[in-house]
This record gives sequence, structure tokens and C-alpha cells, in this order.
Amino acid sequence: MIVVACVKQVPDTTQVKTDPVTGTLIREGVPFIVNPFDSPALEEALKLKDKYGFRVVVISMGPPNTEVTLKKALALGADDAVLLSDRVFGGADTLATSKVLAEAISKLSQEDEIAAVFCGRQSIDGDTAQVGAGIATRLGYTQLTLVDQIQELDLPIKKVKVRRKLEGRHEVVETPLPALITVVREINQPRYPTVPMRLMSGDSEVKLWNNSIMELPTELIGLEGSATQVRKIFSPERTEGEILGDGENNPDEAARLLIDAMLQKDIISI
Amino acid sequence: MSANTLIFIVIFIISIAFFGWSCYHRFRLVALGKSDNRFKDIAKRIWSVIYYPFAQRCTISHGYRFGINHAILFWAFMLLLIANTEFLLHGLAPDYISLSKLPAGAYHTLAWIFDIASIIALLAVCSAVIRRLVFPPSYIDAKSGDAFIILGLIATLMIAFFGMHGAEIAQGVEKAAGYMPISAFTGTIILGGMSAWALETAANVFWWIHAIVLLAFLNYLPYSKHMHILTSIPNCFFRSLEKVNTQPREEFAKGNIYGVERVDQFTWKDLFDSYSCTECGRCVDNCPAALTGKALEPKELIHNIKVNMLKNGPGFIQNKEPVLSLIGDDKEGSVSEEAIWDCTTCGACMEVCPVFIEHVPKIVDMRRDLVEMKAKFPPELLNFFENIEGRSNPWGIAPEKRTAWMEEAGAKPFEAGVTEYLFYVGCAGALDPRSRHVTVATAKVLNAAGVSWGVLGKEELCCGDSVRRLGNEYLFDVMAKKNVKLLKEKGVQKIIVQCPHGYNTLKNDYRQYGADFEIIHHAELINSLIEQGRLKFNGNGDFGKVVFHDSCYLGRYNSIYEQPRKVIAAVTNKEPAEMERNREKAFCCGGGGGRMWLEESVGDRIYVERTEQALKEEPDTICTCCPYCMTMFEDGLKDKDSEDSVRVLDLAEIVAAALE
Repeated sequence: MIVVACVKQVPDTTQVKTDPVTGTLIREGVPFIVNPFDSPALEEALKLKDKYGFRVVVISMGPPNTEVTLKKALALGADDAVLLSDRVFGGADTLATSKVLAEAISKLSQEDEIAAVFCGRQSIDGDTAQVGAGIATRLGYTQLTLVDQIQELDLPIKKVKVRRKLEGRHEVVETPLPALITVVREINQPRYPTVPMRLMSGDSEVKLWNNSIMELPTELIGLEGSATQVRKIFSPERTEGEILGDGENNPDEAARLLIDAMLQKDIISI
Repeated sequence: MSANTLIFIVIFIISIAFFGWSCYHRFRLVALGKSDNRFKDIAKRIWSVIYYPFAQRCTISHGYRFGINHAILFWAFMLLLIANTEFLLHGLAPDYISLSKLPAGAYHTLAWIFDIASIIALLAVCSAVIRRLVFPPSYIDAKSGDAFIILGLIATLMIAFFGMHGAEIAQGVEKAAGYMPISAFTGTIILGGMSAWALETAANVFWWIHAIVLLAFLNYLPYSKHMHILTSIPNCFFRSLEKVNTQPREEFAKGNIYGVERVDQFTWKDLFDSYSCTECGRCVDNCPAALTGKALEPKELIHNIKVNMLKNGPGFIQNKEPVLSLIGDDKEGSVSEEAIWDCTTCGACMEVCPVFIEHVPKIVDMRRDLVEMKAKFPPELLNFFENIEGRSNPWGIAPEKRTAWMEEAGAKPFEAGVTEYLFYVGCAGALDPRSRHVTVATAKVLNAAGVSWGVLGKEELCCGDSVRRLGNEYLFDVMAKKNVKLLKEKGVQKIIVQCPHGYNTLKNDYRQYGADFEIIHHAELINSLIEQGRLKFNGNGDFGKVVFHDSCYLGRYNSIYEQPRKVIAAVTNKEPAEMERNREKAFCCGGGGGRMWLEESVGDRIYVERTEQALKEEPDTICTCCPYCMTMFEDGLKDKDSEDSVRVLDLAEIVAAALE
């Protein structure tokens, strides 16, 4: 059986700045990282591999340099990596992205049965949390979002029981396989690659699936297949609140001001 | 030939054969280790042997005054080696070999020397026994059976010596009787008045006791901690002639093994080290981890390596699998993972070890196995490694932030040919809010002295010290190559470093990567600027009583002890106060070896312990030269509710505040 982990390569948001004039993000020279929410998704897939011997396939849609991210996944123990990369995939919103990913997963299902698909809860650049759900819908899988624990996996009867982390409570649900599971970061601590695995992954190949392999009609993918378009990205202007003190250079003073302010507003009391 | 002689010849041959067999079986295991060239610079090595073991500088050092007892025993032993060799040879061929055949003057002198040496040895044994029983130091296993067996054997040997010679003197057959005061005393007072037959029997019995004990002693050595009698002199010969302040490189290629998982992956010298340990416990007496109740005890670690080698070695020779894991088996002969992560790599153990055992590289080797082969390490390190790999600093702060302090300090980019020094600020200096003040202070001092300096700004990369000490050599290798390339491309020749860890890495680690920059720590530079009269002070720097703390990587790793003290003296017109543990024996703050990034959940906190040591001197100011020490002391003062009465300042801050 196959467990799929979907990962996204995102700009390192701590290093993204906005252009003060145009208000748009400056992406130039910003390093790319694996979407931090996706690392636990891959880790959960790898844990199932350790336990049940599943084949882990990691897939990503993105520009050719996404190969680096996929090689890192191979170094962690993924068996195969598939990069969905083509100019016609570009400019996709969550609708068009989940279309391509879902098609890729159903293509994988021709090789072997899919047990589960793991995604991070959302990406740190788009922040929509829609792609996982979109994949599930297109594949007809049950979607289990915000999972922080896989409690049981019953392979003979093909069922999975998970715990979902909701606001102020947990919810335990059970569903037949295959399922699409989006995970929260608390679910696990991702592993670190060993050196032999790193060296091995350097030579292993990332499979490139472009549209001549995927054969998807262009009106369903990329910019053309997208229902939404980004018009403008900007940092919202702060309309209320104030920054107290200079926390960076004088944290003691800032803390004192903060405590005073909270005392005044009765947020805390002595 | 008498029956006595014949029996002795047989016993002697069996003993020597057994001793030879024991030594062969022990020493052949050392050959399992990986190669390591320890033969370069023979002259220096011979000098090491003369200076350390023969002149006993090894035992009388670092304030261990009882070491004098060992020195006495050692020299008595060396002298009696001649006596005992003669004794054995005389036993084999009584008619041909005897010191009494020497000219009378020579014989009498030797007889006197041996007699006096024997009583001195006996007294030294007695004081060793009294020390172990009455006032044992905490760092030795005082009631060790092994120790008492050996002390007992030596004492018996000496008593037999006096009994044997006393009986001969009483019989009137000893020509040197007048030159053997103790034996004569034994012969006249104790054995005097015995019948001729009794004296004859006594002489015989003491002779046999002496012979048997001597051969038993020899055969016991390879199986006890007293094997150091055989190994410590060679271990001093094979010692590292340079300070052990770096780690060996690893070659990264498919199929290679990284770090040490099995005892035969150590070098032969590492294995030989394990045979040389005397269990004197000085390492434990100085180890910050051991003294605060952690799992690590350097002497135990070395002992476990030895036991592991003895258990697995014979099987390894026949290509068998290990029967006891080197790491994590929770038995004698296995090192716990906890102990491996406890080490701050402060080097205090290596500094005080009388026989030059190199503990830290062994620990880092085992960390390498855990990190590189098994990706098994305390969970806190995952973020740390990823931050370093992704953003080249421990906290994962955006690299642009490295320039945040520059405007305030008027720092300019380094320009080859224009700027003399590169000021390598380091991660803490550039990104840690507290350490940034130190950076600004250093900049102010450099400007005041008219030093031409520049920085790399956001292009500066983490040096990788913690990464290397934590055993992530693969990542360090990538970082070191990048850094050396960057520094060379920038045309850098001289580098000022304000962090001892960066200093050591740039200076000693990067040499393995072809770096030949001139690296200078700000303490050294400031001291030489003062000596050149390039810094003027207003004379009213208000620092109160200043106590100086030696950073391990500046002091023990690079022997920079006096420069910062001279700077403090020049600025404050007063020598800094010293903690009890200072200079070579300074106590680590707890932040080295990557421990800065690990939780300290077992035992007492090392930084609190060191802060308490500093507070004992009732200082107004604790002066450090290291961002880790700075953090540790500031935390320690908070723990001790002393942050309002005592402050921690970097040397540069003291200097900058006192500038005219």
C-alpha cells in the first residue's frame, strides 16, 4: 500500500519583506523552505512506513527548484518523490492545485492501493487550508482535518481512527480508508536525516511529471483553471493599538510597560 | 643447583610466560583501533616522557598536593626496579649474579639507596592507605579493592625485603649491613636473639614471600587499574603534542561510517588511553557535569570503553558481532546516551589528566554516531540544527537582522585592501540583544584605538562550533567549507573575533580546511592596543570589585589567560579578583559543546554552580569574554536573586565604558 505525503515549497516568510512603495512582497533572493506544516505530514507517513512497511510517496507541485525540497524528503526516508512541474501548472489557485495533485494521486493508485494521503493543515504563504480538502473532494476520500493523533489503523477492515484538535476540545473520529488527513504540528516531532540517507538522496531521482505525462486539459489547470486570482498583496495598516517600548533593545522596560498597561485595563491583577 | 633454585626457575618461567600471555591478549586489542599517527616529532615525545612521568610533573600539578606521595612511590619504585631485577636474576643464578660482586663502594651505596627507598615506599603506602581510609577525597573510589590489593602487595614486598635482609644481617652474612639501617634494625631488634636455624628459616621464608609477591604483582598488573604502570609512560609518549582543541575531520562518501558506534571504530590511541586510566579521579574533580550530579563521569566513560574493548575485542578479532553495545546498554562497559550529551566539552578533564587521556574527542565521536548515523539526539536540537542549516544562526532569525547593530556602531562593510581587520561578529554578537551591546562596545574600542575594521554584515555565516561539538560533522563540514571560501573570496587576512567559540573554530577547526587567517580574540587585541598606548582611560571606570571568569574555549583551549586580566588591571588599576577555580582549572559556565542549546534537567544547574562560585568572591562585576558565559551568568544571577547587586560585563564593555 502507498501512503502519500503532499509537501509545498514556500518562501521563508521570516525573510520576506514588503516593498514599501508598491506594498507587494519582495520574493527575490528569499530562500525557500519546506512548508513547516508539511514536515509533520511527511513524518506521519514515514511513521506508518516504519510500522506497516507502506511505500511512502512524496509529491509536490511547484517550479523545478522544488526538487531540493523533495530530495530532503527522500533523505528522510520517502521511497519515491514526484514533482509536478510544468509551465501550464503555474499561477494555480487552490482549486487548480488540488486538481493536479488529486490527478497525480489517482495515477499513483494505479500502481498500488492508497492507504492515506497526508497534508499539512495549511501553507504558511497562502494560509488557505483548502488544498487538502480539495484533494479529498476530487478523490472522493474522507477528509480528516486538524489531526493531532492517529489512534488506530485497522488494516484488515481498512479503518482509521484519529483525534482532531479543535478549539478547546478534541474530537475522535473513525473513517474507512483511504482517507485524506491534514495534520497539525503537535502531531509529532519530525525526524532528522542521517548522513548515509542524505548522501543516498543526493543520487536518487525525483520523478518529474509534467503535463505531457499528466495529460490534463489546460482549462482545468494553472491560471486558466483557477477560480480566484491574487490582485494585490499588502501589509494591512494598523488602525488601533500601540507598540509599547522597544522590546528588542530594552525588553525589561517593554515588559514593565506591558504589565502596567494590562493592569490598567484590568486584564491582569495583582 | 639447589632444589630452591630449581623450583624458582620453574615458577619464574611460568610467571613470565603468563605475564607475556596477558600482555599479548590485552595489547593486541589496541591494534583493533583505527590508525592515528602518533610518531611525529620524536624528540618532543621523549621530552614529554622525561618531563611528565619521570619528573612526575604529571602527578604534582594543578594543586594536587597529595601527588607528591605518588612521586615518592614512583621514584622508590624506579630505584627498586634495579634491586628487584637483581633479586630475580640472583634467584635464577645465585652463584653468578649478585650486586655484592660489585666493588664495595658501589655495593654499599646501592644497598643504602635500596634500604632507604624501601622504607620510604612503605611509608608512602601507609599514607596512601590512611588517606583512603581516613580522609578520602570525593573524586576517588576510596574503598576500591583493587587499590588495597596493590597497596598490600607493595607493603608486603617491602616488609619481606626488610625481613630477608634483616635475617641475613642477623646471620652475619650481609656484607653491607652497616649501610642498611632499616634492615639492620629489623635484624638486631626484631630478629635478634633467634636461633641460627630460625634465622635461616626466616631468611628463606622472607625470600620466598618476596619472590612470590613480586611475581604475583607483575601478573596482577594487566588485570587491574595498575596497568597504568605499564601504559602511562607510553601514553605520555604518544600524547597529542598540540592542545586538543579541534576534532578530526570526516570524509563524506557513500558507504562510509561516521562516528563511533563500536569500540573498534575508535583510534588505537583512544583504546590505549583506556588502559592508561589510573582512576585517580582528577577528571571527575573538575568535570562540571560530574560535579553537578549528571550521568557523565569522565573516568567512568574511559573505564567503560576499556571494559567494552575487553568484552568485544576478542570476538572482533574473529569478525564476530559485538556482545555489548558501546552506547546505551545500561551496563558496565557501555556508555549511556545521557552521559554523552552531558559533556560541555570544557576540556577540564583533559587539562588535569596526569596521563594525557583525550576524553572530549571520544565523546564527540560517539555523538557523531548518534547524530549522523542514527539521527538520535535530544529533541531540542532538531530546531537548532534546522535553524543553523536554513538561516545560519541558532535561533533561526532572518540573516538581514545581523546588521541591526551596525548603524549605532558606525560599522562599515569589510573591503579587501582598504580595511585591515575583519570583525567577525558571530551569531550572538549580531543577533542576541544582550551580546549586541558587547559588539557595539568592541566597535567603540576599535574606533577609539584607530583600528581599521569592517564587517560582513548580513553575509556573515555561523561558524559552526556548536554543530561540530554536538557531533553533526556533516553540517559542520558544509559550513566550514562555505565560510573558508567566503573569507578567502573577500580577501580577508586578519580577523577579530569576540566569541571564544568562533575564535577557536576559525583558528583551529578551519585549519583543517586550508584556512590560514590571522585570528585574534578581542581580549588579545585590546591588551596589545593598551600596551601600544593606543587606548586612554579616564581612570574612573566604576566597576567595583571585578571577578574574572575564564571561558573554556579561550583559556584551556587556547591558553589565553593573562591578556584579559591585564586589560582589567589596566582599566581598573587593580588586579581582578579570582574565583577558587580559575585559569587552567576554571569551571565551565555550562554553555559549551552545544549545551547552550540543550535543556539541563538532571542534577544541579552548572551555570548556578559557577555563579555561586563567583558570588563567593563578593564581586560587583563579573567579567567574561564570551557570549555563552554572559548568558549563563546573567541567568545564574537571576536564579540567585542577585541581578540587581551584581552585573555581568564583557571585557569590551568594561574597556569601552572607561575610555576617555
